[in-house]
Amino acid sequence: MILNPQVQTMKQKLRCWAIILVCGAMFWFSSISNVQASDRLSQSDSEYILGRLSFGATSEQLQAVKTKGIEAYIQEQLEPQNVPESPAFTPYLEKFNSVYQKPLELQRQYAALNQQLKNNPNLSNSQIEKLEQKKNNLKQTARDSATEVHLARAVYSSRQLQEVMVDFWFNHFNVFVNKGAIHFWLSDYENKIRDRALGNFRDLLEATATSPAMLIYLDNELNTNPQSSSAKGKYSGLNENYARELMELHTLGIDGGYSQQDIITLARILTGWTVDYNGKRGNEDGFFFNSQRHDPGEKVFLDRQITAQGIEEGRQALDILASHPATAHFISYKLAQYFVADNPPANLVDSLAQKFLTSNGNIKVVMDALIHSPEFSSRDYQQKFKTPYQYLVSLVRMAEIDRPNFERMQGMLRQLSMPVYLCVPPTGYKNTQDAWLNPQAMLQRITFASAIANKRLNPDAEIEYPKLASNIGELSPQTKQAITQSPNLRTVLILGSPEAMYR
Amino acid sequence: MKRRNFLTALSYSTAGMLIPVGLNSCVAQTDAQTSRPKRLVVIFLRGAIDGLNVVVPHQDADYYRSRPTIALPYPHEKNGVLDLDGFFGLHPELQDLMPLWQQKSLAFVHASGTQITERSHFQAQDYMESGTPGVKTTPDGWMNRLLAELPQEKPTQALNVGVTTPLILKGQMKIANLKPGKNSTARISTDNPYVNRAFNSLYSGTDDLSRAYQDGLKTREIVIAELNQEMISASGGATNVNAFVDDAAEVARLMVGNTRTQLAFMDVGGWDTHINQKAMHNRLLPDLGRGLATLVKGLEPIYADTAIVVMSEFGRTVKENGNGGTDHGHGNAMWLLGGAIRGGEIYGEWLGLKQSVLHQNRDLSVTTDFREVLGLILQQHLSVSHNSLNRVFPDYKLTNKIDFFA
Repeated sequence: MILNPQVQTMKQKLRCWAIILVCGAMFWFSSISNVQASDRLSQSDSEYILGRLSFGATSEQLQAVKTKGIEAYIQEQLEPQNVPESPAFTPYLEKFNSVYQKPLELQRQYAALNQQLKNNPNLSNSQIEKLEQKKNNLKQTARDSATEVHLARAVYSSRQLQEVMVDFWFNHFNVFVNKGAIHFWLSDYENKIRDRALGNFRDLLEATATSPAMLIYLDNELNTNPQSSSAKGKYSGLNENYARELMELHTLGIDGGYSQQDIITLARILTGWTVDYNGKRGNEDGFFFNSQRHDPGEKVFLDRQITAQGIEEGRQALDILASHPATAHFISYKLAQYFVADNPPANLVDSLAQKFLTSNGNIKVVMDALIHSPEFSSRDYQQKFKTPYQYLVSLVRMAEIDRPNFERMQGMLRQLSMPVYLCVPPTGYKNTQDAWLNPQAMLQRITFASAIANKRLNPDAEIEYPKLASNIGELSPQTKQAITQSPNLRTVLILGSPEAMYR
Repeated sequence: MKRRNFLTALSYSTAGMLIPVGLNSCVAQTDAQTSRPKRLVVIFLRGAIDGLNVVVPHQDADYYRSRPTIALPYPHEKNGVLDLDGFFGLHPELQDLMPLWQQKSLAFVHASGTQITERSHFQAQDYMESGTPGVKTTPDGWMNRLLAELPQEKPTQALNVGVTTPLILKGQMKIANLKPGKNSTARISTDNPYVNRAFNSLYSGTDDLSRAYQDGLKTREIVIAELNQEMISASGGATNVNAFVDDAAEVARLMVGNTRTQLAFMDVGGWDTHINQKAMHNRLLPDLGRGLATLVKGLEPIYADTAIVVMSEFGRTVKENGNGGTDHGHGNAMWLLGGAIRGGEIYGEWLGLKQSVLHQNRDLSVTTDFREVLGLILQQHLSVSHNSLNRVFPDYKLTNKIDFFA
């Protein structure tokens, strides 16, 4: 990756010539043979490609790419279920599984503690404190173990593209862990996203729509037909929160052509989509369609007559939303922004949107097209500034730090304003340079680069400089010169270099 | 710079103007004439830290019986202690110290303290600082008296981190004060001149990152300048543990840069854990551990010649109280670090936690007087003569029951 402006110009010139030649050749041969887009992906760009399709290159990954070729690697990554999980990750997964309990089970334990507090008015202060402590522990354990396994997966998973997609989709369908009982559903929610991260968008959409995490976060659990007999207390009326965000943030986009009336209608459609905390009436995950709270009236949504009944109304609405051209465009725009450029080229977005529609929202197909688009490998679009999360995870990966202290990593992320699971607004964390590059952040990144170089994430893990240098790829003359001038600081410098901050 | 000038400057500083160490080149000047003096850093944990949850007797069943909710789990359990020697383990939030233990430059003297049974924080602190437990009228502190006993041909000085001079450093000898750090001035790596120079070179361009970097440094200069203004008018305040990390780095920098600074003193408050001790320790200990590790790392060039003592006025009750905390107790653990220390060992006689051997049926008994530990350091490490030692710690005779230098 080249960042020094002068050198970039040189390189760009060469690139331009190459592109002109390639384009010329394409034009020349187009009548005879259809040039495969994938031919544009060059092996020599491995570090760059891995920088976008994973959280940073490791020597193992580079070796694999070298052995099987970049294209084969990409195709494997698009089918994560067939990629064996990394042995380095397995212990973290085992550890997580040893404490993981089903959300409803945790919820039951939590409710039992609440019951104890409620039923015993004569508890001493210390008894109350103990029970409160237990309640907190349940939540904290759920959150902390989820955070650790999440970071461990980002660092170690051999299904890197899937994890990058999880980062993308989790922010797209953001929930904030510290609201209500979301703690207990957090891992469950993320795993639902993970399983569908390269699957079908409609399927992914319903998985989020029916997850208690989302129902709690955007208040649809309270959304009730005000005319219904069971409308009372906090369940006494319509709640538009989820309906609005479902269109604005999850599907159509703010300019997707819906009206306030559509928001109200969608909210009515979704009345009764709630959480059954007792696990008696809902499904095994806690989702429950409460028909008593549902508004059975006639509805016209986005100029379409809702013909279904009950819970199926919501499914019909999700069908409409998932197959809407505005959704195809919005999702394509966001993917192109995440993987290609802060201001993605319109041509790319349009062609991806086309793929999205023709494939019925097959995310893998869209991603395949994106990766093989000329824009993806064009030098014009090779400067995506990493988010703090991408930056820190990539430092750990490229420096190949063994068993990093993930709690500390989360602490660093907190200081960089991007802790895992703690984004409050439903927009999720942004991934553009203007959101994350500022003077203060720059010095903080350098400070953390120093801390990591000084083994702050694992005092026992040596950083092998040659590996790190090879993983990061080509360095600009400016970086090389700075390293030559201060050889003792080479690890800090490379970790704090522009090459490490861009992907 | 002559010692007298330096001390004059510093004595002015106590009158109202504090020298911001690190920004003032004279402070960090190297004195090439003196070679390899021995150093002593004392860190006082005010409020009485619960030594039993720092150096945990995890093989003592009475420990778990006495502390049903605040006992730390066995090693290798979740949030368990970090095993030290098979019997004792370190609080897991002090993990930053484990490398030092493994490198054998960290030791503890357990069940140490004074024989005084009062449990007033302030009285107990005074006794430990004057070095004359039981004598309330001692006007000066043992570190100040020690300063006077150190060889005068090697002009030396003591450094205090804080805006006021604690009893331990009060006395005839002048001492230097260093304003304790603040979170807002938390050190960033570009404060280090080498790192600064290296990154200045890396980000000298006009691209987005370079501009952000350069603006960041400019802003920081202004912030630091403003905080120095604030220093002049600031009226003290207890050092909090977050600042300790920054302070430790500055102390190390100063001691490494100036061979005349043989003694340094820092204190950290917040250890009076009557309620919710677990959470308080989890919050406070990481920064304490990190600060000590920072100090050690910063002292690297002179670490072989350095001894660091961490002490507290007394320990806390063996039994936990009804609020997830512990009350004022007696014996505690003293921590020893330094290249000069034979570490990787827990020193002192351990009687256990059976009710029958507890001090007044509730507290860890003291089996090693704190002056035994300090006296040994003075004698073995700072090569203080027998007579000098008697002036620093009058009324105390070394028993030589322990030896962490051999």
